[in-house]
Amino acid sequence: MGAVELAMSANDRRNIPAPPEQRVSALETALESRGLGAKSFVDAHVRSATEDWVPQNGARVVAKAWTDPAFRARLLKNGKDAVAKLGITLPAHHRHLVVLENTAKVQNVICCTQCSCTAYTVIGLPPDWYKDFEYRARVVREARTVLREMGLELPAEVEIKVWDTSADTRYMVLPERPKGTEGWSEEKLASIVTKDAMIGVARL
Amino acid sequence: MDGVHDLGGRQGFGRVRHSPKADVFHADWEKRSNALLAFAVKQSWLNMDEYRHAIERMEPRHYLAASYYERQYTGLVTLLIEKGVVSREELERAVGGPIPLSLPSAAGRPNAAARQRFKPGDRVRVKQDFVRGHIRMPAYIRGKTGTVVAETPAYPFPDAHAHGVHAEDEPTYDVAFKSDELWPNGADKALVHVGVFQSYLERA
Repeated sequence: MGAVELAMSANDRRNIPAPPEQRVSALETALESRGLGAKSFVDAHVRSATEDWVPQNGARVVAKAWTDPAFRARLLKNGKDAVAKLGITLPAHHRHLVVLENTAKVQNVICCTQCSCTAYTVIGLPPDWYKDFEYRARVVREARTVLREMGLELPAEVEIKVWDTSADTRYMVLPERPKGTEGWSEEKLASIVTKDAMIGVARL
Repeated sequence: MDGVHDLGGRQGFGRVRHSPKADVFHADWEKRSNALLAFAVKQSWLNMDEYRHAIERMEPRHYLAASYYERQYTGLVTLLIEKGVVSREELERAVGGPIPLSLPSAAGRPNAAARQRFKPGDRVRVKQDFVRGHIRMPAYIRGKTGTVVAETPAYPFPDAHAHGVHAEDEPTYDVAFKSDELWPNGADKALVHVGVFQSYLERA
């Protein structure tokens, strides 16, 4: 037992919250007792969160955009409709998906400074660092420095555009197709597209 | 509200703890808590604006020390207790200790009375709005001028929607701000794009 805990009165100890797994479990049990099917919904949702909402969805979108100019044009015009053609849906409250095209001269980067919003059904749920205060605080103000620290050194002539997800519009970055991938199948192209590249903190 | 959640541009944070293989979840309770939020939305017990605001209402020391999913759970359980879906007593009895909740909500507000329609290329200024309730305007753009890049379909107005106040849906504008106008002599050069609700904007 640490010194801080030893110094606590019995009253303080009674005020220590239970571990989160117990608090979450108590809520799930309470909701299940309402007879609305909370537990089976949660089981199904956990499966979706771990198996369905994965960056391979966005990778398929990117590979298709690289190989099909008509799809690319549709994707840049109306992202939500275009990804629906590939069987990828967004939650109802994400009414708009904007796809941001990187070029040799432009690097797009997405973030959410106030919470941690992402197009999670397309690019996967946000990783830890995206939700951490460091990224949320710094990327809008020190984008080039933050990207460099994360391993992406951009030439000075590359303009950086940071997109703060402050409404329910969602964003994904369409990375540049790497040289040397001519003639690759869509499947092989999709295999090199990463979540980081679709957030915009890496180039391929 | 100008809360600790509104992190964009705050200084003093260290390097982003980045890993290309960053985990999305670390424990089962995180997945189940995340799923319980989706269940609550499906039951129409709460909407995402209420949920975001419930997290923002966390006591600042709790907010800053909590993990992402601790914040997620706290926002969810606070709303379900406030709305009478579950009782604090039943949950605290089940875990044998306190369930930390967010602080009470202040009042919301309806859309701005006079709202203007903008088109790409228009120069706009973010109004000097200071509100005690929910707002999706990151403080770093307050009073700042930018250029409209696009208009989105209409969304529920968060300042109202988070508080059960009736309001019309309204579009958001993708507004591009120059980082050196947001933080003169104090930022890396970049364009910062923010989705700004129509009510927050006036013609510059």
